Amino acid sequence: MSELKRTPLYATHVALGGRMVEFGGWEMPVQYAGILEEHHAVRTAAGLFDVDHMGQFEVTGADALPYLQHLLTANIAALALNEAGYALMCYADGTVVDDTFVYHLPRKKTGEAHYMVVVNAGNRAKDWAWMKAHVAGFRVNLRDISDHLYMLAFQGPQAEQILQKLESFDLSKIKYHFARAFKIGKQSGLIARTGYTGEDGFEMFIPVDSGKHVWDAILEAGKAAGAQPIGLGARDSLRFEAKMPLYGHEIDAHTTPIEAGLTWACDLDKMFIGRDCILKRKLEGVTKKLVGFEMIEPGVARKDYTVAQAGNPIGVVTTGMFAPTFKKNLGLAFVAPEFAKLGTEFDVIIRGKPVKARTVKTPFYANRAKMK
Amino acid sequence: MSDQQLNYLADRKYAESHEWAKPEGELVVVGVSDYAQSQLGDVVFVELPAVGKALEAGKAFGVVESVKAASDVYAPVSGTVAAINDALNADPALVNKDAFGAGWFIKIKPSNPADLEKLLDAATYEKKIAAGEIH
Repeated sequence: MSELKRTPLYATHVALGGRMVEFGGWEMPVQYAGILEEHHAVRTAAGLFDVDHMGQFEVTGADALPYLQHLLTANIAALALNEAGYALMCYADGTVVDDTFVYHLPRKKTGEAHYMVVVNAGNRAKDWAWMKAHVAGFRVNLRDISDHLYMLAFQGPQAEQILQKLESFDLSKIKYHFARAFKIGKQSGLIARTGYTGEDGFEMFIPVDSGKHVWDAILEAGKAAGAQPIGLGARDSLRFEAKMPLYGHEIDAHTTPIEAGLTWACDLDKMFIGRDCILKRKLEGVTKKLVGFEMIEPGVARKDYTVAQAGNPIGVVTTGMFAPTFKKNLGLAFVAPEFAKLGTEFDVIIRGKPVKARTVKTPFYANRAKMK
Repeated sequence: MSDQQLNYLADRKYAESHEWAKPEGELVVVGVSDYAQSQLGDVVFVELPAVGKALEAGKAFGVVESVKAASDVYAPVSGTVAAINDALNADPALVNKDAFGAGWFIKIKPSNPADLEKLLDAATYEKKIAAGEIH
């Protein structure tokens, strides 16, 4: 096994009682106090996440925008200055290299256009190679700045109020999916109202050696309000309830955005790698569709379990677990389109036994009202 | 559920796969150890066998599901299932709250009482975990 990477906060996690596990080539905390407690803390108060394992690529140069338009599914030209947006990076056949968040940042002092692309930890090397392989013909500079930046997320209904104690400017002025420069003590960086939990909250990018200082300051400021450190276990259950896709589960190199319900992240009126195949799937129809379901009979669906009806396989589970907010066993699955209708009953095959489930509305958890 | 203060009760035996077995009259009560529940994290579902089912020592008899994953639980002794803990249906978290008591899984009527002798005593079980010999 190759050596696992550690974030600068490794020792802090261990001291906080974090149980460290392998994830995407990194040694990360899966839980501290317990997944259920951490999940509820983010839904009701606030939670702090070390997400430094994620990769950040800086894209600059005169052709930064056309390059990203070519590479990514979403219309990057529509991002206002300081706005961030979700976009997929696809292969020519329309399947997914990775999902990304793209930040349109202020121009460099040299006047060059300036973007930052945030990618998944486990895909960082693959994404970098893919992006490098497609620079020909574009006047762009790519820089992998992952090792220079520390990335953390602070999410939950109390996140803004707690963070405000540390910040002089009015955080409520940062609109949903917008970013700006910020300062905590002497540490400066970029803060954005983005996240992966279905809650209001922020993600921050700061110099790597400021990581511990900012982490400690936020936890201390949030202690009285019930803010806690949150591990990858609750990060997964939170994103799952909000139906945010996870690479290797809802999206991968065998799935197009159409099937995964991510057509909204594709601007089919522009050219980008994979566009023709995605458009074709959209017009001709797909052979699988992502649905949400709840277990009717006792049992927990897990990734890769077969979905069947009357004994015939009709699909496969992408994510399944006990959903802490609802206290129900829920799941996401790819099923043949004729079984995707709301209220359709099917079986999930759990350890060889069919266990009844029913499709339900997704996202399971939607809190958009709080997102400005 | 802190890792720091795990219990290793000396009144019962342990399997390397982290089940405990405690004689009770002519039956053997079975559950998972405090160490096991701490490793599993929040237990959200427990699947138990039907009363009367024949079990073989070392073979899986049920499944415990945490938020993250499903794990098999293994019979520490051979025999038949004499009782199951129905309370785990309503409150699977009993496994976390009281692994050695209210969080018991099943009672086995053993077919070979000598099976118990093959299990570890508490001190040996604890030592093996501390030494990293079992996980």
